[in-house]
Amino acid sequence: MEKISESTRKKDHAAKISGRALYVDDHVPDGMLCGKLLHSTRAKARIAAVRLPSLPAGYLVVDRNDVPGINRVHIVQDDTPVFAEATVEYAGEPILMVVGPVGTEVERILRAIVVVYEEQEPVLDMRQADEVFFNYNYAQGDIDKALAEADLVLTETFQTGYQEQAYLETQGIIADPRDGRMTVRGSMQCPYYVHGAVAKALGCGAQAVRVVQDVTGGGFGGKEAFPSILACQVAVAARKANKPVKVIYGRREDMAFTSKRHPSLCTYKVAIKHGEITGMDIEVLYNSGAYTTLSPVVLQRGLICASGVYRIDNLRVAGRAVRTNTVPAGAYRGFGAPQTFFAAEMMMAHVARELGVDSLALKEKYMVRQGDATSTGGRYHFPVPLPAMIARLDELTGYRAKHRRYQAQTGRCRKGIGLSLFFHGCGFTGSGERDYIKAVVQLRKNTDDTVEVLASNTDIGQGLKTTFCKIVADTLGIGFDRVYIDNPDTDRVPDSGPTVASRSLMIVGGLLQRAAGKLKAGWRAGEEQVIEEHYVQPDFVIPFDLEKFTGDAYPTYSWSVNVIELEVDRLTGTHKIIGAWGIYDVGVPIDLNILHGQMQGGLLQGMGYASMEQMEYNAKGLIRNNSYSDYIVPTAMDVPPLVTEFINNPYPYGPYGAKGAGELPVVGVAPAYIAALENALGVKINKIPFTPEDTMRVLQEVEHNDSIHS
Amino acid sequence: MIQFILNGQEVSSTAKANVRLLDVLRQEFALTGVKCGCREGECGACSVILDGRLVNSCMVALGHVAGSTVMTIEGYRATARFAALDKAYAAVSAVQCGFCIPGMLLASECILARNPRPAEAEIRAGIAGNLCRCTGYHAIVEAIGIAAREGKGLW
Repeated sequence: MEKISESTRKKDHAAKISGRALYVDDHVPDGMLCGKLLHSTRAKARIAAVRLPSLPAGYLVVDRNDVPGINRVHIVQDDTPVFAEATVEYAGEPILMVVGPVGTEVERILRAIVVVYEEQEPVLDMRQADEVFFNYNYAQGDIDKALAEADLVLTETFQTGYQEQAYLETQGIIADPRDGRMTVRGSMQCPYYVHGAVAKALGCGAQAVRVVQDVTGGGFGGKEAFPSILACQVAVAARKANKPVKVIYGRREDMAFTSKRHPSLCTYKVAIKHGEITGMDIEVLYNSGAYTTLSPVVLQRGLICASGVYRIDNLRVAGRAVRTNTVPAGAYRGFGAPQTFFAAEMMMAHVARELGVDSLALKEKYMVRQGDATSTGGRYHFPVPLPAMIARLDELTGYRAKHRRYQAQTGRCRKGIGLSLFFHGCGFTGSGERDYIKAVVQLRKNTDDTVEVLASNTDIGQGLKTTFCKIVADTLGIGFDRVYIDNPDTDRVPDSGPTVASRSLMIVGGLLQRAAGKLKAGWRAGEEQVIEEHYVQPDFVIPFDLEKFTGDAYPTYSWSVNVIELEVDRLTGTHKIIGAWGIYDVGVPIDLNILHGQMQGGLLQGMGYASMEQMEYNAKGLIRNNSYSDYIVPTAMDVPPLVTEFINNPYPYGPYGAKGAGELPVVGVAPAYIAALENALGVKINKIPFTPEDTMRVLQEVEHNDSIHS
Repeated sequence: MIQFILNGQEVSSTAKANVRLLDVLRQEFALTGVKCGCREGECGACSVILDGRLVNSCMVALGHVAGSTVMTIEGYRATARFAALDKAYAAVSAVQCGFCIPGMLLASECILARNPRPAEAEIRAGIAGNLCRCTGYHAIVEAIGIAAREGKGLW
């Protein structure tokens, strides 16, 4: 084990375990007002009138007329209104905010407001959508020829549902207009995203806005773009009231009205000739919801992963993210990849079944190797350790023998084991790091020779405060306690980019390592010094062309193999998980405990995604599973011990050899889980989540068919 | 006026009897270690120990605690048992975003108070009412096991 991988006591451990850490709702500024949003109850309507009750002294209503700048939230394409204008486009769209000193009175006023809607027909089903927000296509080889010459073409459609981030701390923002500036604080992943959005909504210069991250109770992507929306609303309210305003979402409000993972439909057409896969023609459809938010990048990432970890010479991938009148979907750990990896892995398993060969043997035959072209004509520049990872997992789980044995079972309870192979690209998609983010970090050495890390990346539970400080302390050769980092404050830290895309440690951590190297070389004891570093793209990267969809989508990839073993009760349809294993290549782990925690948490989220986390909208377009009572996330009793291991595969351009890690563990769990179910049930499955109810349906069909044929 | 013992001190509240204990603890007594995650008794972030039992303070009316003993993380953190759990949680880095952790610590205490040497299944059952979306629970279960082994005599 590398020395840097040895675990240390986390920087934020003491504050959090003692209950002293302050999250946004724990702050109560003097004179603070409480704000609550009025959400549309219609999925698509023109707002004919809004009738307000008379307001008691000290209470006010804030709407689009109060937005001093542009009534659009700056995200990628600025189409999300701060407050609704003439129409509402989804059930939940914020129309106005009521603000006042007492929360219960604010709620009473909200209930007394009457909105007169002229309802229109909403588009809820993504298959019926007539507006395509984003459309990307790419191809290699000649897929039409491969299809024409095939002696077998297999076509299947795979469906994935919403997934709710379900971070334990709901969304919350405080805006404070005092001292001639707007200070915004709250639960967030990307302070500079919030900063840019608030300045635009307020129509003021960047200098007039300050954003501070509070201790954040989980994000998983849910706090990437959404806090920008809420911050604009709260800042407009604070400006109008000329007092600090706090808005904390309730759990049901959070689940129903904030972004979640894009539901998808992926259709795979596989050409087979002489038992060989000769091509894949893939159509990917994502439901964006009513506004674009982060959909272009989510779709791009999904498309890049569409052919899985396989070498497919004739490949055509067409992707669309479409507009519906449902809640806008957004970032969620894995960012578009879990949807297409589910489809790609299941398709390979189903092709194997059709050809009468073992699914792992088929996958092994087409697995990419170092030097191979990527799906977009880039290059896998570095070693691809999948064979060693498969061997290790087989040793740990007995996968190959069990998978064969479980195909011939009888009795009420039947076991199944499934395996998946996957990667996650490290860093921002395409040329994002080079052209858009252009990360900057600083190190400040104080006169007492302690060193402060200045970066805009946030610790949202993934341990970044600890890993950043470890990198700097180790490079400088000083004690871990001599290096510190505070929550980012845009007045104090440069823009090192957002905390997304498995980029923080590899990209920003790499910059910090270089800055620390420079500081060490020019160290002047007892003096104050500031060192700054800027991102430079490594020379080997083949530039990504978004128009043509070609080039290196990422400089490198993190790799993983998962195995899930479970038992299905054919009487009740319930699944009992017997074991879950993951082996990961994230380069060199910067702190093993932290990495195990990331992988185990992601593994469990993936198991929830596959099996129990069902979320639907009703006939009115409103999310109906909007609480922990009916959107079920796994508890400690739902899983056995999770087994996670790492493989040594240093990335020469990452800090200490580290690569991206945070998103990887959730990407490929669902196909392993569903493959295990298929192994136990002997049927093909094309959708997630696959719940006990779905299982019962399948079992009843099987029994029904049995009785017809007997 | 409702009187009860809060973290070892006799206190009284003038709030209405039907107000949630969670709101009284956070707003009146500024005990912000008690977190609000759902307000419907599902997530366990607002767990407190009421007369020795783990409860969701969002589901307890203030009137119900008259004459009772309530402990939050703010009271618990002064104890030797907390120190043992603190050390165990740190050893395996079981704290991630931290929002569930005050409640999780009090759940850990209740498990160990009931059985100082719990089996893994008992630990899992004991924290089943406390959701954690970060860790996959593995490290938390491990930490409670470590505290049980190394905190001999404390429970």
